[in-house]
Amino acid sequence: MTGAKRVLVAMSGGVDSSVAALLLKNRGYEVVGVHMKLWDHLEVGGDIYRDGRCCSLDSITDCRFVCDAIGAPFYVLNLSEQFACDVIEDFVSEYRAGRTPNPCVRCNSEIKWKALLHKADELGCDVIATGHYAQVTNPPERRWQIRKGVDSTRDQSYVLWGLTQSALARTLMPLGTMKKTEVRTVAEQHGLRTAGKSESREICFVADDDYRRFLREYEARRGRTFESGEIVRADGRVLGQHSGTAFYTIGQRRGLGIAHPTPLYVLRIDAGDNRIVVGDDSALHSTEMTVEPVNWVARAPGSTDEEFKADVKIRYLHDPARARVKILNDRSVSVSFQQPQRAITPGQSAVFYEDDVVLGGGLIRSSRAV
Amino acid sequence: MKTVYLDYNATTPSDPEVVEAMLPYLSSTFGNASSVHSSGREAKVALEQARESIASFINCEPSELFFTSGGTESDNIAVLGTAAHLRGRRDHLVVGAAEHHAVIEPAEHLAHTQGFALNLLPVDSDGLALPDELAELVTDRTTLVSVMHANNETGTVQDITALASVARERGVLFHTDAVQSIGKIEVDVRKLGVDMLSLTGHKIYGPKGTGALFVRTGIKFAPLFYGGAHERKRRPGTENVAGAVGLATALQVAARRRNDDFSTMSELTEFFIDTATALIPDCRINGSRESRIPQTVNISFDGIEGEAVVLNLDLQGVAASSGSACTSGAIEPSHVLVAMGVPPVSAQGAVRFSIGRATTRADLDYVLEILPPIVQRLREMSPLWDKRK
Repeated sequence: MTGAKRVLVAMSGGVDSSVAALLLKNRGYEVVGVHMKLWDHLEVGGDIYRDGRCCSLDSITDCRFVCDAIGAPFYVLNLSEQFACDVIEDFVSEYRAGRTPNPCVRCNSEIKWKALLHKADELGCDVIATGHYAQVTNPPERRWQIRKGVDSTRDQSYVLWGLTQSALARTLMPLGTMKKTEVRTVAEQHGLRTAGKSESREICFVADDDYRRFLREYEARRGRTFESGEIVRADGRVLGQHSGTAFYTIGQRRGLGIAHPTPLYVLRIDAGDNRIVVGDDSALHSTEMTVEPVNWVARAPGSTDEEFKADVKIRYLHDPARARVKILNDRSVSVSFQQPQRAITPGQSAVFYEDDVVLGGGLIRSSRAV
Repeated sequence: MKTVYLDYNATTPSDPEVVEAMLPYLSSTFGNASSVHSSGREAKVALEQARESIASFINCEPSELFFTSGGTESDNIAVLGTAAHLRGRRDHLVVGAAEHHAVIEPAEHLAHTQGFALNLLPVDSDGLALPDELAELVTDRTTLVSVMHANNETGTVQDITALASVARERGVLFHTDAVQSIGKIEVDVRKLGVDMLSLTGHKIYGPKGTGALFVRTGIKFAPLFYGGAHERKRRPGTENVAGAVGLATALQVAARRRNDDFSTMSELTEFFIDTATALIPDCRINGSRESRIPQTVNISFDGIEGEAVVLNLDLQGVAASSGSACTSGAIEPSHVLVAMGVPPVSAQGAVRFSIGRATTRADLDYVLEILPPIVQRLREMSPLWDKRK
C-alpha cells in the first residue's frame, strides 16, 4: 500500500459525484467508489424508465465507467434494509403524523454519515466524500463547520445539518468551492461520460415525484389504508372532505376540492383529529416556531435560555430570514422571526446560519399563528 | 500490487490450447454450419467432431448431446422443457435445496405460474442429500428430480448414482447440473445413471457462452426457442462452432490433466484449510471435507459479513467471493448454507476461495498473510462480534 489516504466516494452516477471522485484521485487520494443501493423499483413503484434516476442499473453502469476511467475500484453496497427502515418508514410515518418530512436530511444522518461511514471503516477508508455543494472546514481550535457551497444556486448545506462533529471530521466535499458550470467543464475535459447528465432534485425513491401515489401504493402493499375526514375552517365550519391527512401539506391550495369565493390554503394538519384546517393566506404567516431535535454544528451546544441571532432557513427553497433563537433545553429551541414567515411546516428542517456557516439545525415541530 | 485470483468457480481463463483450437473458426473457417456449401460443411464437421469428443468424454452418444449457451440455459431447458412436454400428466418437481438458481428459479416459476408442486430435497450439515429422503418426496406425478453434482459454493459432491437410481426405480426423470464437477472429477452419464446433465465450458478453462445438455435417448422435451432446425429443432440458432470446438478442447485438456490437477489442488486446499483455521479463531469450513471437488474452500468467519472480507481482499489484490458470483451483492445469506443449517451468524460471514491450475503455494501464502488481520479488524468493529463475547 502507498500510504495515501483512502477515501470512500459515494457515487450516484451523476456528474457531481463523478467529478468529486476524479478530483480526489488527482489530489493523490486512494479512491474507492461505491454506489449505495437503497431501494428496489419493485418495492417503491413509479416510472422506472425516467432519465437520471439514482439506483438504476444505468446509473450503476455510469459509476463503473467513471471509476474504471480514473482507476478506482468500485463496489455496489446494498443498504436497502437500513434505508427502508430508517428513511422510508420514517417518511411514511411523518406524513401520517401530519408532518412534511425531508427524507434527504434523514438519509444523510442515518445512511450516508452512519451506515456508509461504517462501511468506510470496514474498507479501511479514513474519510468519505460526496458530491454535495457545501464546504466542510475545520478552523483552528474551533468546531468543524459546514459552510454554504460557493455556487449559491446549488448550495446543499441545508440538508446537512444532522452531521455530527465526528462525522464531519471524516468528510470531504470537494465541490463546495466550485460552481456547477466548472464541475461540468472538468467532467468534459476529462471525458467523463456523466458530463452531460441532467440531475434530479426529487426524492430518489419517488420516481415520478408523486408522493401521494407513493404513500398509497406503499401502504396498500402492507394492507394499510388512509382514513378520509373533514376539511374545516378555523372556526370549525366543515367545508369539505379529505382523502387522508397524509396527502396534504401546509400552504397547499390546489386539490382541496372546495368551491369558495376566496382562495383557501391548508393552515394546519390535525392527524390526531383526522382534520385539515384551511383558511386565508394571511393566516399562514407566523413568526414563532419550535425546533426539535437540534444538532449543533459550528455553534457549541448552549445552556437553557441562551439566545443568539441567526438567519434561519425553513425549507430547501427559502431565503434565510433573520430570527432570534432561544435554547429551551439540550434538544430544542424556539425561534422568533423578525418578519412573519409563510407556511412554516412541521417536519421540514430549520437551519441556523451565520453568513454562510451552518450553526446548527433541527426539525420544525410546531409554529404559532401571528 | 500483487494479485491473486481465487475465484475459479466463478470462471476460468481459457486454456491457450483452447484459444488456439478456436481461432480458425473465428476467422478462416467461419462458415455457417447449416449451409450447404464447402465453407458450411467445414464448420459442420468441426461442430460434429466437437460433439463426438464431448460425448465420448461423458460416455454418451453424440445424438444425446445438445449445444447450448451455457449452464443456465441447459438447466432451464431441463426443467422447463421436460415440464412443458409432460404437462397435464406430471406437475411436481423435486429440486435440491442447495441447487444453483438456474434450477431453483425456473422450478419456482412453474410453481408460481402453472400450479406445479415444488419440493426442495433437504441436505444435511455437510450439504449432502439422502436417497431415503428423495424416495419419500417422489410420486407418480413427479416431472423431474434435479440435484447438482458438485455444489458451486461449497464444492460438496452428491452421490448422484444413488439419488438417480431412486428416481429411475419410480419412473421419474433425473437431471444433474454438472457445471462445477465436469473436468474436475469423473462425469460418466451411464455410471451416474442420469437422464439429463448440464455442463458449461467456462468453469474448466473453456470459453464463456458455451455449454451442452445431455438428454438420454428417448426422453422428450419441449424446446425453449423456435426458429430453425439446428440441434434437431431442440435448440435453434446458428451454431457457435468456435465455442463448441473450445468446449471440446477444454474437456480434452481436462481429461489429460485431471488426475494431476486433482492431487495438486487437493494438497493446496488442504494446506489452505489447515492454515486458515489454525490462524483465525472462530471460523468453520462449510461443506463436506470428504466428498468434494478439491478446488473449493468455503469458510465462515463468525460475527462479520463475508462481503466485507471479499471487498477488503479485493483492495489488496485478492479475488474471492461471498456466496456465488451470481448472488453477490444480495443481503440474504446464501441459500446453500442456510439449507445446510449453518447458523445465520456464520452464514453471513462465508467466503468462497476457489483455486485453479495457476494457483501456487506462494499465492496462498500471500492470502494467508493478509486474511487474518482483515478478519480481526472487521471483528473489532462488528456489533455482532461484540455480543458474542
